[in-house]
Amino acid sequence: MSTEVQIEAKNLTIGYGDYVLIKDMNFTINKGDIFIIMGGSGCGKSSLLRVMTGLVAPLKGNIFVDGTNFTSASAATKDKIMQKNGILYQSGALFSSMTLAENIAMPLQLYTKYSASQIKELVSLKLALVGLTGFEDYYPSEISGGMKKRAGLARALALDPETVYFDEPSAGLDPVSSKLLDDLILEINHSLGTTIVIVTHELSSIFAVGNNSIFLDGASKSILARGNPRDLLQNPPNDTIFEFLTRGEGKNAQKTK
Amino acid sequence: MKQELDFSTSGETLTLNVSGDFVSYDNEELKSRLYATAEDNNIQCISVDAQKLGQWDSTFAVIIFELKKIALKHRKTFKTLNFPQNLERLINLAFSVDRKPAQPETSSGNFFEKIGAWGINLWSSVDKGLNFIKKSGSSFFRSVTGRSFMRSIDLSFAFEDCTYKALPIVSLISFMVGLILAFVGAVQLKTFGAQIYVASLVTIGMTRIMGAIMTGIIMAGRTGASYAATIGTMQVNEEVDALKTMGVNPIDFLVSPRMIALVVTMPLLTMWSDFMGMLGGGFVGVTMLGIPFQKYWELSIDAISLDNFLVGIFHGLVFGIVIAICGCYYGIFCGRNADSVGSATTKAVVSAIVWMIVMTGIITVCCEVLGI
Repeated sequence: MSTEVQIEAKNLTIGYGDYVLIKDMNFTINKGDIFIIMGGSGCGKSSLLRVMTGLVAPLKGNIFVDGTNFTSASAATKDKIMQKNGILYQSGALFSSMTLAENIAMPLQLYTKYSASQIKELVSLKLALVGLTGFEDYYPSEISGGMKKRAGLARALALDPETVYFDEPSAGLDPVSSKLLDDLILEINHSLGTTIVIVTHELSSIFAVGNNSIFLDGASKSILARGNPRDLLQNPPNDTIFEFLTRGEGKNAQKTK
Repeated sequence: MKQELDFSTSGETLTLNVSGDFVSYDNEELKSRLYATAEDNNIQCISVDAQKLGQWDSTFAVIIFELKKIALKHRKTFKTLNFPQNLERLINLAFSVDRKPAQPETSSGNFFEKIGAWGINLWSSVDKGLNFIKKSGSSFFRSVTGRSFMRSIDLSFAFEDCTYKALPIVSLISFMVGLILAFVGAVQLKTFGAQIYVASLVTIGMTRIMGAIMTGIIMAGRTGASYAATIGTMQVNEEVDALKTMGVNPIDFLVSPRMIALVVTMPLLTMWSDFMGMLGGGFVGVTMLGIPFQKYWELSIDAISLDNFLVGIFHGLVFGIVIAICGCYYGIFCGRNADSVGSATTKAVVSAIVWMIVMTGIITVCCEVLGI
């Protein structure tokens, strides 16, 4: 794991209109981190992801990507930074009117000058990486939810992004598919050195892949804890974290011990 | 560092030495020669040495991926030397999952089989359509007699959509149609000094058929499309499935309020359209032909016959049923993706207009036979 900072949030406040979700956040994500944004439902995890990926502006504060202020950057700079991001949405968000190959080829056609045959080869490689060789001509409606997510990941990886964002990757997946996706995230991180940012509250995924995290708390509108999730479980800084990381069975677990 | 893709053959072995940075590598011609050499039957072993490899991205990984695919396909040996660990892992990952797409069941695909399949498909869609009309009809009567589950608020929204929200566009289009009818008629009638009959022409044309047809086309494009899109989106979001699993008949819940609203409002909108068309004709009569408005209006009222008026209203009623059925049918049987909603909306509008024209033909023939 590198100590070179890739993403930094400074005094970041997110919310909608007058409604503040989390205020004055400060955190850093190093290159090659698998960074987990965790917290209870409705605390602002997905909203933070939307701010980090440039879909909505923060109420206050800034996000720096590779030292460049992403929040106040010009449209052209923002576009450049966004091209270095891959995003896997909860549902996969594949374009239903396109085949899987066309979905993955789209960013390559938009942002590179590769020939059609080179794009075809790259699409084939990306699909192979997520275990979907042979599914090039399938439409999203013809594949399962887990496969849609993997195809969405292939699209997210199309441009060799520096950072891949995942919004609830395990949502709607069976335990085996969820585990396979976690393994894939680890492999992508190890082989390509990609920084991974994951919004989730799936404990198994958090412990399986995360090496850094923040815990958002809706009640106090702040970051309640930060660090490696496994360390947080070993040494919980407060009861809320402990309850969360033990699925609310913390006290019972202690009694059993 | 300069990139070099150096390959040579020695006996049965193809050796590829790579050196330099391979980022956004796109030498298609060299790659093609490399793949062609790798596919050569004399080559039994492909060896790649990456000792001098600098930076790399997917454009390099894809070369290794393709070479390994060729090796696996032709059962050749594939060797990697001095590969960076992450590249080795990436290539292994690409070949780690051997999930193959399900193969479709084979069919002989001969001519008779295709004709048979086409016939079966045609019959099943006719059957589906007739079944839907039957279910919608029975649901309609259950709803009007208060024996089905339907929220009054949904009925109110459906009425809202077909009444005051539709009035401005219906008024504008009908006024313009009356105006055009009068203008075209006036040009012809003027030639033999019969321009006074413009009032009768417009009134009979609007009340007998034009009012209903124009209202029908507007409502098909406006309300029918909206029905298909709304119900189609509910289908995509699995809301229709949720209704079914809750034991709620989706036709009672979704189709009936919309059909009731259109059946009630279409005759009323048709009447309004007749009136606006007559006003449009009056505008031409007064401004172009110099007929005083009061005189024009008296002539128009005289031209209204109860038969023509009722036939027009009946058309409106039938069109209301057609628009509701087409809109709701394509919504209910919409696929489960965004494309299907667009397709359902288009089909709803086109089929509603086609069926309105067909129904107009049938009603006209019936009126002719009955002497109306």
